[in-house]
Amino acid sequence: MKKFIITSITLVYLSIVGIAQAGIGAARDYISIVGSSTVYPFATVVAESFGKKNRFKTPKIESTGSGGGHKLFGAGIGIEHPDITNSSARITKNQLKKDFKNGVKEVVEVKIGYDGIVVANSRQARVFRLTKKDLFLALAKQVPVVGDQGVLKPNHYETWKQINPSLPDTRIEVFGPPPTSGTRDTFMELAMEGGANAFKWIAKLKKSDQKRYKVICHTMREDGVYIEAGENDNLIVDKLSKAPEALGILGYSFLDQNTDKIQGAFIDGVQPTFQAISDGTYPVSRPLYFYIKKAHVDNIPGMREYLAEFTSEMAWGDEGYLTTKGLIPMPLEERQHYRKVVEELIPLTLDDLN
Amino acid sequence: MNNLKDAQSRVRTIDIVKKGLNKRYRKERWFRLFGCTAVIISLSFLSLLFISIISNGYTAFQQTMVRLDLFLDSKVIDKDDLAGADYSKLIHNALLSVFPDVTKHKDKHKLYGLVSISATYMLQDFVAKNRHEIGTTIQIWVPADDDVDMLMKGRIDRDKPESQRRINDQQLAWVDQLVRQGQIKKVFNITFFTAGDSREPELAGIWGAVCGSFYTLLVTLILSFPIGVSAAVYLEEFAPQNRWTDIIEVNINNLAAVPSIVFGLLGLAVFLNFFGLPRSVPLVGGLVLTLMTLPTIIISGRSTLKAVPPSIREASLGIGASKVQMVTHHVLPQAMPGMLTGTIIGMAQALGETAPLLMIGMVAFIVDIPAGFTDPSTVLPVQIYLWADSPERAFMEKTSAAIMVLLFFLMVMNAAAIVLRKIFEKKW
Repeated sequence: MKKFIITSITLVYLSIVGIAQAGIGAARDYISIVGSSTVYPFATVVAESFGKKNRFKTPKIESTGSGGGHKLFGAGIGIEHPDITNSSARITKNQLKKDFKNGVKEVVEVKIGYDGIVVANSRQARVFRLTKKDLFLALAKQVPVVGDQGVLKPNHYETWKQINPSLPDTRIEVFGPPPTSGTRDTFMELAMEGGANAFKWIAKLKKSDQKRYKVICHTMREDGVYIEAGENDNLIVDKLSKAPEALGILGYSFLDQNTDKIQGAFIDGVQPTFQAISDGTYPVSRPLYFYIKKAHVDNIPGMREYLAEFTSEMAWGDEGYLTTKGLIPMPLEERQHYRKVVEELIPLTLDDLN
Repeated sequence: MNNLKDAQSRVRTIDIVKKGLNKRYRKERWFRLFGCTAVIISLSFLSLLFISIISNGYTAFQQTMVRLDLFLDSKVIDKDDLAGADYSKLIHNALLSVFPDVTKHKDKHKLYGLVSISATYMLQDFVAKNRHEIGTTIQIWVPADDDVDMLMKGRIDRDKPESQRRINDQQLAWVDQLVRQGQIKKVFNITFFTAGDSREPELAGIWGAVCGSFYTLLVTLILSFPIGVSAAVYLEEFAPQNRWTDIIEVNINNLAAVPSIVFGLLGLAVFLNFFGLPRSVPLVGGLVLTLMTLPTIIISGRSTLKAVPPSIREASLGIGASKVQMVTHHVLPQAMPGMLTGTIIGMAQALGETAPLLMIGMVAFIVDIPAGFTDPSTVLPVQIYLWADSPERAFMEKTSAAIMVLLFFLMVMNAAAIVLRKIFEKKW
């Protein structure tokens, strides 16, 4: 018994010492990446392809959402902080200012391609033909009163037919991303703001009263019509196939992988196809980014090579392996521009974000 | 006069009882029926769970392989630079030789997509080990692409129109031809048990997650068992009965009911931010799970110690043992089987935890197999969660198969706990 007590006390003591040791002076030999769940499928393919070349360890990639990723990324410089953050929405001025405040002075922005946001429903139902105005009126918390300038009232629309007589007479039910998602930020910026601008007095507010404009356009209704379905887009696909009357807001790659179950709605008369998103005619498409800490680049082994892999034609080019995963590639000039940005690690300034 | 009255009242009592008897039997039968129905309902939910998981997952234990007759062109492979050769070109040539009438660029792309991209790496390894084969034609079995795999397993509906299918009619015809020529077969999926995570479903495996779970549980066991047992012994045998110990007891009981994600937040604040330990490693995961399992072990330990009869304690004190000797030589050995059972059940709970590990970064895409306590890793339930999130159809069966493996481990651990308890159980 005495031996047991002595050995267990020594074990506990050694473990505590070991913990302290591990905390001090540990070096990291793999790249640590956090960020968007939309960019996650693309970044993981590049990471795996990079790791297979056997020279460096495969990077570790966490799917925290764009917002969570920026928070972790901007917390400071050091091996305990991530090196790269993926983002499906461009970094905001506030986020960059916070990064500067915490010591992350040099952030390099790289655009990787485009992704469309589709409004999908089950193939068992008829395809929807929506306009951005319909989406705004269906999902905003407060809607303008028809005929009364400047007045808003809580959203009372319950069926699609009430908003637009050409739409079916079914209950409005939309599954969408939560507030941590960059997809939601982009959807609000492109679809909701685009729809709100159809009302001239709201469009004027963008210049005169930005705060009120944002409140009108960025507040989604909370009465159970808009249902937050988490970061898991697969779950939304599943729910759509079980609820034929509902719609879901998803990334294009999920539509592409599930064309046998769901179909994308026409937005402003354009169907969400690879071609339409690529040449810009589909109105709800957004660029995807990742941000690099310049200070980490030469301290973590393999970073330059990972960046070279991501910006190679084999990865993000027109015939690259990222396109087979559903990424819409950038035009050649943009690709060349960002390849140069990566090679020279040109940092982002606050002015660039205007 | 009195006898008659008594006789009458005696008859009435028996009548009353007899009348109530049927009602009582009926009530007992209904009660038994309700009990049986409750058991049947629970078992049917359980079997529904098993049937849906097994029906989705059993096909993941097989992998479709395609046979390629490859000519190792010495013009493509330079003996002195094996790594730089264009192996994908050789594979493309081999596929074209089976289907020589494929000419359009788009069709060729679809043809090459019949085999997995890992075929290139397999060929590279083969050539590195068999350099003497350069210049000859070899037969090599390579994994098929995940869409072909799904087709062969019957998970793609052939009757649906082409636009609603992942495989178009042309690819369907090619696969049928390969089946007729015997160049496609299904083998046991060893990759599932030996590979780490991957974005390609045909290359993904659970070994990385299993190793991560193993290291995490090892840390949890090493830390929580001694600490838990010692705390239980002290609180039960040596601690004085005053207000402080009452508060401690209430707190430990509360901790056992705290939602597990709170421990993750604690781990993030203390282990990651304050101590500066690396993110996503089994060491930190084990520490967080230790905090979670400790209350369970302490509570079950205390109840086991309470179950040891006081006569044993008094007898050992009576023959001259000191208090410490009484506890360590007599009480603890009697209570040890119960404590072991409690620990195994605590470990089984920790094996299935995902939420606390989310905050410390173990929910991540990690391909390499962890080799130690400070290598980044993920655990089995987290791997299941990540695969459930992937858009590729083939990950659905892999998720169910991983769930089957996890349930198997959990059942083995819980069964071991029950068996141990039965063997060492002492009836006082």
